[in-house]
Amino acid sequence: MNSALIIILLFLVAAIFLGIRSTKGKDMNLEQWTVGGRGFGAVLVFVLMAGEIYTTFSFLGGSGWAYGKGAPALYVLIYISLSYVLSYWLLPVIWKYARDHKLVSQPDFFVSKYKSPYLGVLVAAVGVIAVIPVIVVQLKGLGIIVSQASYGAISMPAAIWMGAISLTLYVMISGIHGSAWTAVIKDIMMLAVIGFLGIYLPFHYYGGYGPMFEAVNTAKPGFLKFPEQGLSVSWFISTVILLVLGFYMWPQVFSSSYTAKNAKVFRKNAIISPLYTLMLLFVFFVGFAAILKVPGLSGGDVDLALLRISIQTFDPWFIGIIGGAGLLTALVPGSMLLMSASTLLAKNIYKPFAPQASEARIARLAKSFVPVVALISVYFTLNGGTTLSTIILMGYSLMTQLFPSLLFSLKKNNFVTKQGTAWGIVAGIIVVAYITISGSTIGTLFPSLPQQMKDINVGFIALLINFIVMWGVSMLTKQNEAGTKVC
Amino acid sequence: MKFIYILSVLPFVGILGFLPFVNRVTPFVLGMPFNMFWMVIWVVLTSIILGVMYKFDPRNREGEEE
Repeated sequence: MNSALIIILLFLVAAIFLGIRSTKGKDMNLEQWTVGGRGFGAVLVFVLMAGEIYTTFSFLGGSGWAYGKGAPALYVLIYISLSYVLSYWLLPVIWKYARDHKLVSQPDFFVSKYKSPYLGVLVAAVGVIAVIPVIVVQLKGLGIIVSQASYGAISMPAAIWMGAISLTLYVMISGIHGSAWTAVIKDIMMLAVIGFLGIYLPFHYYGGYGPMFEAVNTAKPGFLKFPEQGLSVSWFISTVILLVLGFYMWPQVFSSSYTAKNAKVFRKNAIISPLYTLMLLFVFFVGFAAILKVPGLSGGDVDLALLRISIQTFDPWFIGIIGGAGLLTALVPGSMLLMSASTLLAKNIYKPFAPQASEARIARLAKSFVPVVALISVYFTLNGGTTLSTIILMGYSLMTQLFPSLLFSLKKNNFVTKQGTAWGIVAGIIVVAYITISGSTIGTLFPSLPQQMKDINVGFIALLINFIVMWGVSMLTKQNEAGTKVC
Repeated sequence: MKFIYILSVLPFVGILGFLPFVNRVTPFVLGMPFNMFWMVIWVVLTSIILGVMYKFDPRNREGEEE
């Protein structure tokens, strides 16, 4: 075992220790375990939400995209920043409603708004299906970090198994309290490591940012611009809008907004959060620095760029620090994702069919689903082969399907019925599944359109069909119910 | 109230609406390609805009709705 691995292991032990400590003296019922008893102030909610947003995906995937695709990688920075503008309006409303109705999970919101427990089952199912790919991303990230930091001594599958087991133990012991405190350390570590790498590497290898970008621009002309087709300007605009709409639909993000003490927390956090996203800039700098220094990575291997250039530059002990920070960026979001998926399964999918089940039984069940979800995720991690970015984008397309019905549910006179919501979501999901499996783009579906239109993110088609079905079915069911007034 | 609605649209217009016109590498500003610099400036502006919104939002002034 080399010093890099020992240091990473120390990080893991420290995280688990913190998780155990934070639960001491607290009665862990379902509300405590999942939304921390609704007692978190601005700072903790901030780190908790940042914890879900800055995952291994931004760490490895962000630098990977900068390395492999150039300018289009900036979408990560922009969609997160713009999502905070949406949060300013959206989260206080959601939080207030959730508190007044004592909601614990995201599907509760739909159940309560549309008065249909089975709609909750559907929303929960969408959540679980979309969350699993994101857990896969965290496990893949863990696998990459551990196997790279071991300098090849530990194979990727072994590293993934180790990651999954630690993650499961961590969640079962600590719940959200552990996540919040580890998230504080994780954010500090990640800021320090990314800040250092993003400054040191460009200056060490090129003598500054200007010379680095000029060197990249000379070696790969056009790489720093959005291309004319493919990942073009219209791809960027449409993808960012789609991601912003989906951003707060994730069950784990949605329900961590429940942890806040008051509504002002969100509006305050919205102000500084975009500045915080600028941290991603340093992630991109690392990716750009790697282009000329560790050339030749392609396909899914672009995600290795950050670690490869680090290994080439630093001593093993420092790789341990980087790997430790990376481990936390997988552990914190990973634990929250695992927890939301298991809570969804127990509370929102099992419970509606067994209404007599006690609260304690549901809480036990939620915990026992943790290893099940982890196992399923390991299966997909070992058997899938695309880049982190592709997986995340698919998850987003699924989650965005909840946006139309959520938006309308916030209006006072909502014309959308529960049937409309359900069929709209189902139609959207089917379209996303078809698009993903067949690999369609707007270009392949409608080859006669001009190039700008062809590059529009295909997720919009799913959203449009979702909306049309939702509207149509709502109109029909409303007429049947009321018989008199339609709108 | 209307004023802050308009403010919250600004970042979208600045970043996404203007992108077709600023998609160029030169001139390099602060060492960054121009399109990247443009986005960074707008992320900073987004924070400032949200700060102004917070200041003018009546909901944040009167005590707290809980």
